[in-house]
Amino acid sequence: MKVIYNGSPDTRAFKDVFSVMLPKMLDEDENLIYLDADLMSCLGTAKYGKAHPDRAINCGIAEANMAGIAAGLAIAGFNPICHSFGTFASRRCYDQVFLSGGYSKNNITMIGTDPGVCAAMNGGTHMPFEDVALYRAIPGATVIDVADAAQLENVFPKLVARKGVKYLRVNRKANTLMYEAGSDFEIGKGVVLREGKDITLISAGYTLGCTMKAADALAEKGVSATVIDMFTIKPLDEALVIEWAKKTGAVVVCENHNAVGGLYSAVADCLAANCPTPVGRVAVEESFGEVGPADYLAERFGLTSEHVVSEAEKTIARK
Amino acid sequence: MNKADSYALKHFALEIRIALLEELKARGFGHIGGSLSVCDLLAVLYGKVMNYRVDDPQWPDRDKLVCSKGHAGPAVYATLALKGFFPMDQLKTLNRPGTNLPSHCDRNKTPGVDCTCGSLGQGTSQAVGIALGDKLKGRPSRTFLVVGDGEIDEGQCWEAAMFTAGKKLTNLVWIVDENKKQLDGPTEEILPQFDLRAKLEAFGFDAVRVKGNDVEALYEALTKQPGDRPIAIVMDNIKGSGVKAVEETASNHSMTVPAETWDSFIAAVKADLEALEKEGV
Repeated sequence: MKVIYNGSPDTRAFKDVFSVMLPKMLDEDENLIYLDADLMSCLGTAKYGKAHPDRAINCGIAEANMAGIAAGLAIAGFNPICHSFGTFASRRCYDQVFLSGGYSKNNITMIGTDPGVCAAMNGGTHMPFEDVALYRAIPGATVIDVADAAQLENVFPKLVARKGVKYLRVNRKANTLMYEAGSDFEIGKGVVLREGKDITLISAGYTLGCTMKAADALAEKGVSATVIDMFTIKPLDEALVIEWAKKTGAVVVCENHNAVGGLYSAVADCLAANCPTPVGRVAVEESFGEVGPADYLAERFGLTSEHVVSEAEKTIARK
Repeated sequence: MNKADSYALKHFALEIRIALLEELKARGFGHIGGSLSVCDLLAVLYGKVMNYRVDDPQWPDRDKLVCSKGHAGPAVYATLALKGFFPMDQLKTLNRPGTNLPSHCDRNKTPGVDCTCGSLGQGTSQAVGIALGDKLKGRPSRTFLVVGDGEIDEGQCWEAAMFTAGKKLTNLVWIVDENKKQLDGPTEEILPQFDLRAKLEAFGFDAVRVKGNDVEALYEALTKQPGDRPIAIVMDNIKGSGVKAVEETASNHSMTVPAETWDSFIAAVKADLEALEKEGV
């Protein structure tokens, strides 16, 4: 695994990765099966779906039914992968994923695209700020928020191979480039992107870019920050969180999600139980989504490097 | 169907009812109405229609039952125990702490149960997935899906129905138990359903309506070779069917009654059994 962050956007959109990776995985494993709820075109898989209607099942705009069908396919011996936008892949079919999937011990991988502000021009109806909270609450679930294309390519097959309910939240457009192609990751192990001694900044997915930018800005102010990519929200890398909380004495979590039940909650729970430490947060506070470009919405909901810097300074002051 | 087969199925249906009532009596309460109304159907399915192996409940090529109205679990358990999937004694553990026979069907606990159901509507989509999976794997299996008429208030049922017919899943048979009551009262009062057969026909099924206690009509409907439309069977039924005192109880979704009342229910069914045996084939 090699970090090649320099602040520039990834050269590959996640959608483009899916359009190649999913067909390849389906061709290589006859037990894999892919279901979509009328959004294949949005994941770059429509061409494959048209050519292979028995490998890529279009369920129409019926996410609850899709989740239940996935569970039935699991009973019949398949390993199903479902996709919809994050809101519909979480809230809209939650009870089906929970009961027909998790409770019934049927393995289902759910891809929820356009998390948080990435839903941008689709607006508030399509903007999931609570998907991580919902999926974290399912016993045995795995919840992943990927940073860039290289991480997706490496982590997704590992996620699909796991048991239980698995949720991948992922942008369709490119995030900030973090890793060299071919980098290797382990679910359950976070990644230390840079090391510092004054504070630990933890983030994942879309907000990792502004978190890294904040670390640079803090460095200019003489504050040295550790940055952790906690793409593995569940299982959380508790050992890594505790280690860096102890080393730096203060933590800030930045997430493209509601402050309730997401990465901040996971980290705060972990530290409260193991190593009480001042924890700040840069997250969506008591708000529904709204329409606009992602960068506008990031500003609107306070998910910027400036907010991370300010929160870091406040949290350090609480030491 | 010849007379001997008809006799055997009627006999089996009465045996299921007796085992079911003994099972509920052991706990003192339970989902009696909707369990009794599927006993004839279960007798036909497990007595003559479905292909399964008692000694290999997970045999991939078996036919599957998805009892989406999962609260009819006690009737399913009685049927499975009578067929030898587990000892009859276990029926008395219904809903006891640590039991393998929970109120609602659980495929991870009970040998012979193919799908976990109970949250109404969810069995329909799972049945679709099972049937689709079997079809894609090239198995000869059929899946029989039992849906309650109250359950069909759930929108998920109609999503699953649309998929079943739209994708021509002819290895999946829908059976709607139109017993005309749901928990709070008559379906006509809670949420009128209009003509369920016509609705399913309009959704693309080859839909028929048969008496829910007519084993011969059920057998004929369940074994009809489908064309390119999947088969749906609406059972014109009575909640609590087969035990007059239960049929006549207004609120019979779940009943808690003393042991002597359970005994009177059992005695009534045993009398029917004796009459049937006396009449003979």
